[in-house]
Amino acid sequence: MKTNIILSGVGGQGILTIAAVLDTAALNQDLFIKQSEVHGMSQRGGAVQSHVRISDKEIHSDLIPEGKVDLILSVEPMELLRYLPYLKKDGWLVTDSEPFINTANYPEETHLFDQIKKHPNHLIVNATKIAKKIGNSKVANMVLLGAASSIIPLSENSMLEAIKKLFQHKGERIIRLNIEAFSEGKKVAEGITNLVADQ
Amino acid sequence: MKSLLLGNEALAQGSIDAGLSGVYAYPGTPSTEITEYIQKSKLARELKIHTTWSVNEKTAMEAALGMSYVGKRAMVVMKHVGLNVASDVFMNMAVSGVNGGLVVVVADDPSMHSSQNEQDSRFYGKFAMIPILEPSNQQEAYDMMFYAFDLSEELKLPVLLRLVTRLSHSRAGIEIRERRNPNEINLPLDTSRFALLPMNARKQYDLLVNKQDSLIEHSQNSNLNRLKKGKKGGVGIITCGIAYNYVMENLGEDESHSILKISQYPLPKEKVKELYDHCEKILVVEDGYTIVEELLHNYFDDNDKIKGKLSGDLPRTGELNPNIVGKSLGLFQEKLASIPSVVTPRPPQLCEGCGHIDLFNTINELIPEIGDKNVFGDIGCYALGALPPLGTINTLIDMGASITMAKGAADAGMENAIAVIGDSTFTHSGMTGLLDAVYESTPITIIISDNSAVAMTGAQESTAVGRLHKICLGIGVHPDHLKTIVPLKKNHEENVELLRNELKYKGVSVIISERPCVRLSRDQKEVIKAKIAALN
Repeated sequence: MKTNIILSGVGGQGILTIAAVLDTAALNQDLFIKQSEVHGMSQRGGAVQSHVRISDKEIHSDLIPEGKVDLILSVEPMELLRYLPYLKKDGWLVTDSEPFINTANYPEETHLFDQIKKHPNHLIVNATKIAKKIGNSKVANMVLLGAASSIIPLSENSMLEAIKKLFQHKGERIIRLNIEAFSEGKKVAEGITNLVADQ
Repeated sequence: MKSLLLGNEALAQGSIDAGLSGVYAYPGTPSTEITEYIQKSKLARELKIHTTWSVNEKTAMEAALGMSYVGKRAMVVMKHVGLNVASDVFMNMAVSGVNGGLVVVVADDPSMHSSQNEQDSRFYGKFAMIPILEPSNQQEAYDMMFYAFDLSEELKLPVLLRLVTRLSHSRAGIEIRERRNPNEINLPLDTSRFALLPMNARKQYDLLVNKQDSLIEHSQNSNLNRLKKGKKGGVGIITCGIAYNYVMENLGEDESHSILKISQYPLPKEKVKELYDHCEKILVVEDGYTIVEELLHNYFDDNDKIKGKLSGDLPRTGELNPNIVGKSLGLFQEKLASIPSVVTPRPPQLCEGCGHIDLFNTINELIPEIGDKNVFGDIGCYALGALPPLGTINTLIDMGASITMAKGAADAGMENAIAVIGDSTFTHSGMTGLLDAVYESTPITIIISDNSAVAMTGAQESTAVGRLHKICLGIGVHPDHLKTIVPLKKNHEENVELLRNELKYKGVSVIISERPCVRLSRDQKEVIKAKIAALN
């Protein structure tokens, strides 16, 4: 088993929290993990990405080769498309539909969705809206993780345990909020399509 | 369970467990998290390990040498260009040698993710004639710290440990070893080797040159340099540090290739020869400059047999990745999807509500009067002021160069030369340049954009906090031309007028533009307030 995931978004949108949940859950299940991330200048409102690799065997490269990604999970629709060369033919695209507009020439949203829909395995979720409904737009990242959870070869239990561990210092309320976000995301995805990953 | 750590954090934990007594550093991407990790470590606090940031890389390295002088293990950490700043002590402590183990950790930035060049620190190690270690993965980075201190103490030389961005900023599960205690104070038997007067330095330099065979022997016997022979007459790969991962990612279980993995320098010449004789062709895969490939050309006559960046099999610029390395190995690459044309670039930018923006708006107001080529910038977030839509800054070269370049331009006759420098960059390398300008009363206007933090690297503490006015006055800036502004929209007109007036002054003006970084947390702001209060 080897799974390659790219997490993408804009600096400050919380993709490293998603990465931390995946890393922690994978280590809990005694799997190998490598996860590269972006620090420094690009974090200032620029495009950021994280490569997450999970395997039952030793992983060599910290970077995923192009054409080998099983899932691109993006907290922003344009940032999803930026990493398309990495996607496997039968890989999955999962994204928040809510754009993050901080550039003058941000494209028409419909053009972005048209491109995403060209790909057979896609899931567009309004995670920000769901997160706001739960009570905090910040947990949109956990909504997305929940939505993509059935494609990720980690047990739901270990991901939930990871969320509890990571938010422990922030108190019970924040833990519950994040777990609810995860569950809501999962529910939305179940209604849309049969997400079965090839393992 | 294994600990989940960044390459930087693994190295930091390794240093603590290997008996560190002090880390000295100035923040710089991609090296910053090493020192931050030790600063946050409970164990490090219990062990009373020194962790406070230094003013710059030179002061950091000198302090580390002082700690080593008394016999304790010290580490100094910086990004690649920081080693330029520290190169004076770096070259000379190779001659004096060290006492307690001293490891110089330098994080290079191939592809310039957050840097102005991609210089390869291995050349510095070779230049200083000291051992260099280069881990391939996070676990090696952790384990290597024990070996690095041991090697340093055995050879009585500083050891250079080279990281690259991709290892610094990638996480993995790490197995932690049993910790060993820091050294006790143990002064050098003979201090004369640290007093590099010519008669002592000559002796020491002879000693350094004579140690070189022993360094090569250590490399030859080191299990960090592993030779695995495959099919005779096939392709032999020499691969260093992180590049090894990209080779293995491509070759997987294929055992037919011969591979020499290098993680310790100087090169183990005998192992290299063995590989060379065994193989038809040699491919050198190294992230950064072509140091190994060049050495191979020196060792052997048949230049056609050696492939790498110089032969065009791999690109000279930018970092390596699995795809580039796969191509150089002649492996099939399927056609990939391209990025849809609808996707537009999203470069980094100043944060919403950042005080630098208001400062640049103030300067921009005067550009029609003074010309659009007069603003000398420096290293920090405000360097983003060189990009549209602001486009204020014209130059960005190295830490502190804003003041001294503005001075040179003014010396040449430029009127209205402006230097823009951050508070921490000013204390790092701007103060000496200010003295140059004050000494000659050069007509320049220096704006210190003071956000009370080393912002670009994550809002670390700035040594400048609460001290800028006194430093400027102490250096000799005239009190009438040391001004303070608060860069806020409501002060715009007033600030433009003040800057216009100072530009008219035919001497050194310093304007301190004060507004805290928006990234500072409430707690950090409280700490800063308390520090300023304690100073007054």
